[in-house]
Amino acid sequence: MEILLVLGCPLLGAMLLAVVGAKRYAAEASVAISLATLLAAAALVLRIIHGGSMTALHEEFFIDPFNVFLVALTALVGFTTSVFSRPYMRIEAEHGRLTPARLRLYHSMYQLFMAAMLLALTTNNMGFLWVSMEMATLSTVLLVSLYRTRASVEAAWKYFILCGVGIALALFGTALLYAAAENLLGGEGMNALLWTHLNAVKGQLEPRVMGLAFVFLLVGYGTKVGLAPLHNWLPDAHAEGPTPVSAVLSGLLLNVALYAVIRCKILADGALHSALPGHMLMGFGLLSTVLASFFLWRQRDIKRLFAYSSIEHMGIITFAFGMGGPIANFAGLLHMTMHSLTKSAIFFAAGHATQLSGTQRMDKIRGLLAIHPSVGWGLMLGGLAILGMPPFGVFTSEYLVLITAMRDHPWATPILLAALAVAFAAIFSRLQPMVFGDTDDRPLPHTPALVPVFVHLGIVLMMGVYIPPALAEWYRLAARLIAG
Amino acid sequence: MAHLSLATQVIQMLAGALLLISFAMLAERRSRRLLILLVWQGAVLVASTLLVASTAHLTHLFYSAALTLVLKVCVLPWILFRLMRKLGIERDNEPLVNLPTLMLVGLALVIFAFGLAQPVSALATTVLRDTLGIALAVILLSFLMILARRKAFTQVIGFLSLENGLFFAATSTTYGMPMVVELGMALDLLVAVFIFGIFFFHIREQFDSLDLDQLESLKED
Repeated sequence: MEILLVLGCPLLGAMLLAVVGAKRYAAEASVAISLATLLAAAALVLRIIHGGSMTALHEEFFIDPFNVFLVALTALVGFTTSVFSRPYMRIEAEHGRLTPARLRLYHSMYQLFMAAMLLALTTNNMGFLWVSMEMATLSTVLLVSLYRTRASVEAAWKYFILCGVGIALALFGTALLYAAAENLLGGEGMNALLWTHLNAVKGQLEPRVMGLAFVFLLVGYGTKVGLAPLHNWLPDAHAEGPTPVSAVLSGLLLNVALYAVIRCKILADGALHSALPGHMLMGFGLLSTVLASFFLWRQRDIKRLFAYSSIEHMGIITFAFGMGGPIANFAGLLHMTMHSLTKSAIFFAAGHATQLSGTQRMDKIRGLLAIHPSVGWGLMLGGLAILGMPPFGVFTSEYLVLITAMRDHPWATPILLAALAVAFAAIFSRLQPMVFGDTDDRPLPHTPALVPVFVHLGIVLMMGVYIPPALAEWYRLAARLIAG
Repeated sequence: MAHLSLATQVIQMLAGALLLISFAMLAERRSRRLLILLVWQGAVLVASTLLVASTAHLTHLFYSAALTLVLKVCVLPWILFRLMRKLGIERDNEPLVNLPTLMLVGLALVIFAFGLAQPVSALATTVLRDTLGIALAVILLSFLMILARRKAFTQVIGFLSLENGLFFAATSTTYGMPMVVELGMALDLLVAVFIFGIFFFHIREQFDSLDLDQLESLKED
């Protein structure tokens, strides 16, 4: 029942906003819909806490501690982003960058995107997982090109083709998965693609077919995670789309795609009886982290900078899940949460910073603290948090990843540390002049919604200092599920 | 090969035709002829699916063949033909550099595909088991086409040919995906083509042509 509410709210909202999205109150309606989704997600969480894992609607949906935590995170960031986008998009419209028709498209597609991600997280059917991942791409592609500038059309085309091709590989992987399972679970029915059924027989799945299937699934969904070398679409799409879209792409879509990879890895682990899937994740993760941290140096655009930082962090998370085991999985899940909250907060602050100075070029953004202290502090604290400074939660998860790496794979530790140091220097040296210094820019016409920034950073800070026992228990449960 | 039934032989011949069409697409310059080749590819796909459905007596494959017929042979080409006329690119001629190299790379991909498909084919139980290599080859050739071509329209044709290859792969390993999943995929594909259509106009509006060589501004600096 709660599942239907979680999926129904954004879906109905998308239809409603497709009609009234151009009206003055559309932004408020979007906030209300997102709040309803969040409440439904909270109800779902309560139910899982009390009742444990469950399936629903002829086993088409499956909720366990792993995905319910991502559902909650998605609904939360979805809500705060809609709060942020209310003044942000209003300012954009007044600057003449958006017409009412495009605002309608924005509000409607935003909710559809939420629905697609929530469906991907809750479905038990690997086929539907693919369908909803594709739906998530389709609903955001027109959002990336919302400004209809040359650069944004180009970015959206790149996003569309690259993710379309990537996800096609994932479909081939899904077909192979079905082939591997068909003999065991019966071909005619739907059962052979249900994850719970696959998980029950994963030890008997044909290893060679599963190996091939996993390669395709990893590369396919990995494209959407932004893993190198198929990460090219990510910085463009993040930089050229409207800021709320950058925030949800970076904070949520990458997580959902990684969730799909992990679900496949659990099956592959069981079938292959070897560490190969884990090693592949570690390889891709490490490569992405290193590449992204060096690319950070070459960025001049503030949103591109943080887009590359997203690739870096997704690399770290992928590496953590690749190592496997309860501690590394715990760290991966924690880092997923921390990255999602911190990065969306940074994009909120960076969005208002670009509105203040009228450009995304970092050498033109100066003196944020002088003109708008809360934007400046938001960007500075967010930047420090994402760089893994101690009181924040990102530090905790990165520390856990590093000590696990030190214990199990000592060779990887210096590479990771070097990448983190390079990233730190790159981002901090850009951040400092943007926040301090003098400026003659004028204040914004509307009060920016910075409550989401500080709420996110507050949660990240709290998690760094003190993880509530209930939450820690929940993470531990999910980590154990992933370890299989 | 004497033990193969007539239906199986016909199916394998059709699979061969699919591969040939993929190569033809790789070498075709004109947008209009490319689209006609895509329709042919869809038609061959429908024919082979129908044959499989009747030899294996699977009703759900009849439905998915019908879905393919409507979507890939009728609706999508119709949309693309209309788009082509509206954009006035029917006679567009795309220069192809290094055609021999492209063909050689294509050949290498086919060999690679057969090698990759070997272990899976050996395990599949369907009448189409030997054709998985061809399906994978069609997929890889479509990739090559998307990578090598510089026109937005051609890339879309490559994308749709990729979908055809995927569909063929699903039929040859497992007699197709469950019906509900296939419906979902069809819906996604339809939406994708609509968005492609919208994009053609955006790209033209911004760049005055559908030539992707002009889309090079977003490079790392």
